[in-house]
Amino acid sequence: MIEHKQEQKIIKCYHCGEVCAEEHLIFAKKNFCCNGCKTVFEILQENDLCQYYDLESFPGVNQKENVNTDKFAFLNNEEISQKLLDFASQQMNKVTFQVPKIHCSSCIWLLENLHQMHQGITYARVNFNKKTLAIDYIPTEINLSQLAQLMANIGYEPYISLEDSNQDKVKSENRQLYIKIGVAGFCFGNIMLLSFPDYLGIEFLIDQQLQPFFSWLNILLALPILFYAGIGYFISAFKGLKQKFINIDVPIALGILVLFIRSLYDIMVLTQSGYLDSLAGLVFFLLIGKWFQSKTYQSLAFDRDYKSYFPLAVTKLISGKKEIVPVYKIKEGDILFIRNLELIPCDSRMLTDHGMIDYSFVTGESRPVPVEKGNFIYAGGRHQGSGMLVVVEKKVDQSYLTRLWNHETFRKEKKLLSQLLINRISKYFTAIILAIAIGAFLFWWPLDVKTAWNAFTAVLIVACPCALSLSVPFTYGNITRIFGRNKFYLKNAEIIEFLLKINHIVFDKTGTITTASQGEVNWNGNKLDSSTQGVIRSMTSNSTHPLSQQVFQSLKKQGTPELPLEDFKELAGKGIEARYHHDIFRIGSASFVNGASASSSLLNQSIVYFSKNDELIGHFTIHNRYRHGLQQLVLKLSIDKQLSVLSGDGNQEIDRLKQIFPKDSKMIFGQQPSDKLEYIKKLQDRSAQVLMVGDGLNDAGALRQSNVGIAVVDDISSFSPASDAILEANSLTKLYDFLAMAKNARAIILISFTISFLYNLTGLSFAVAGLLTPILAAILMPLSSVSVVAFATLAVNISAKNKNLL
Amino acid sequence: MGVIILLIIASIVVAGSFLAAFIWAVKSGQYDDTYSPSVRVLFEDKKKKKPTVNQTQKERKGNDQ
Repeated sequence: MIEHKQEQKIIKCYHCGEVCAEEHLIFAKKNFCCNGCKTVFEILQENDLCQYYDLESFPGVNQKENVNTDKFAFLNNEEISQKLLDFASQQMNKVTFQVPKIHCSSCIWLLENLHQMHQGITYARVNFNKKTLAIDYIPTEINLSQLAQLMANIGYEPYISLEDSNQDKVKSENRQLYIKIGVAGFCFGNIMLLSFPDYLGIEFLIDQQLQPFFSWLNILLALPILFYAGIGYFISAFKGLKQKFINIDVPIALGILVLFIRSLYDIMVLTQSGYLDSLAGLVFFLLIGKWFQSKTYQSLAFDRDYKSYFPLAVTKLISGKKEIVPVYKIKEGDILFIRNLELIPCDSRMLTDHGMIDYSFVTGESRPVPVEKGNFIYAGGRHQGSGMLVVVEKKVDQSYLTRLWNHETFRKEKKLLSQLLINRISKYFTAIILAIAIGAFLFWWPLDVKTAWNAFTAVLIVACPCALSLSVPFTYGNITRIFGRNKFYLKNAEIIEFLLKINHIVFDKTGTITTASQGEVNWNGNKLDSSTQGVIRSMTSNSTHPLSQQVFQSLKKQGTPELPLEDFKELAGKGIEARYHHDIFRIGSASFVNGASASSSLLNQSIVYFSKNDELIGHFTIHNRYRHGLQQLVLKLSIDKQLSVLSGDGNQEIDRLKQIFPKDSKMIFGQQPSDKLEYIKKLQDRSAQVLMVGDGLNDAGALRQSNVGIAVVDDISSFSPASDAILEANSLTKLYDFLAMAKNARAIILISFTISFLYNLTGLSFAVAGLLTPILAAILMPLSSVSVVAFATLAVNISAKNKNLL
Repeated sequence: MGVIILLIIASIVVAGSFLAAFIWAVKSGQYDDTYSPSVRVLFEDKKKKKPTVNQTQKERKGNDQ
């Protein structure tokens, strides 16, 4: 009963599951938090698709951010649609959309039933891992932009980009690894079966005559292992040697080769059984290790540059007529028409009288800045307000923000493979093994040539670093998985190794350590009476603007009731106007509320003005709030690491930052995107290992230059700039634990190495004595591998439990 | 003893055909998405009471106008 009561108190939106405000929409006896969610429900109900809500509770995506209605008009441009379509004909078109919002089984069901919403759609199929939707449609019934709009209407806005071509490469690589594992497993199993008589002693089990048949069959089965499944190790070893560096694949390739040649000799010349079972098992286990490590987050993109954010096409005015042209065709002097919430793709000059530009991509600061006619607008600004005209000053790739990507940092390969621990070890490992092998050979040579060769090959066989090369993929693979569970997604497992060396952490301020959604709202002016507060709450409750949402939330917390308003008007980029009884209220920017333009000193603060009948009553100031738990995180991190804060804003916040960060940390304000990059470079020149934590396109250069770049996002399905890892904002406070975990990884790997060395030592003592039998090799090899894998998995899980990451 | 040779060849042929089936499955993309098939089988095919959804929708729109 008590539980039931509690449920009643909190009303959740039927569509998205978000907690509803007291004044929420009720439709068909169901609660909705906003109009967007209700609309989606209505569309689904009309199309008899309400099973969507039965499969999972609150499956929808919050619809408070409205979609621009003209957003997909550019898809009607022939050139762009041709690039997107997988197949096109008169009767049938095929297209694959990226849909980042796919997150549950209801999503799959709804999207695959799209044909019920429009008869032009004949087939739809979701790939959940990649978050894509493949659609077949009849082009005469529905066109591409209508299709995209239809998906946006039900809350699954497709993400459209022209350069997602590398996905296919990953796909075919993955498939090939699966097939290799399949083939290796098949050969390994059969060779084991045929070698079984050997293990038990041939004489009493089967006829001596059968042994050659078994052995030859084994050779036949070993061929695909050598020439298909294991060929990657030879290629990699060869490539490494060509660059004069010994990677871990060199001793592996050497081991495989010696195993095969020695077995051929044993079978053909000595009519013995050979070591083919060990060979097959070795390759099979290695491939499994590779598969375990390579499991990455397919749906997350770690390589986005500004092109992923910028529009594909813009509306250009050609002799007074609006025409949609691809963005790369824009030239200096072109006149562009920019709609509300559209991104300005190149540096340009304003032609319309007024406008508000949100430069969050460039500076990280989300407060819109007013611009006047003739003012310069930087590429990457988002226009807020009614349509405006601009004249292009610089082409897209020459613009201020996009020039960052011409920097040399973006052209060179970031990581050096030779830095990896395993490759550094393998250099010494290979040298020692070769020395022992040659030593054993020289020792036996005067006594018995046959035993000398025997010992030489046996050393190389037994020392093949199977367990050694398994310890790394299993340790890193497990850690990657544990990080993923804590919403910390690594681009690949090798990042862990760079993570553990970090000694300097650079934070971006806005959006990274501050949160945009919940600010501190303060009222400046005479105390408001409760009915005025009610008016403000009602005015702001219907607005989607981030600042009015924050004002609304703060009043809601105070428990102000809402009041019925009339003549409600929201002017994008300006403010809200409404009438209550006979008074006209305005809330919003200075110029809108007060009539006068704001003085420039106040531009960098978030101020919301409020007036009654054209008389200014006061204003709200909104401060960014620092993320919860930041102080504790900083305290823990500063014990053994240097910290820096870079900010694109002015230094108003310096006093508050000084309270959080320790005295010796650096704080630099007014940083342009390229300044941030240079700052990181300077630190690295002083041999610091830098971790950059940033969030926006303005951090892209710094993320790329740093040793490890982490992009912080509020929502994992939103897009982040190119980085080595993506971290959900709520998990930012766990950063210390992640770094500590990475440090543990090194200890775990070193212990695993020791274990595998002990096995090798045992094997080697047999080998140098010339006593290594096939059966001993067949036992020793899997045993060492299994114990190393078991240790790595167990140790990682225990250390994660200790850090509350599991 | 000849029967053992026969049996082993038969067993390898059987195992080989499974391997071939596996390779076909991978190549046809069955391992690309391992999540959605598991939920897709659970979706019920609703019996359509109305003739087709689009028709009723059209009728409704017609009535509105």
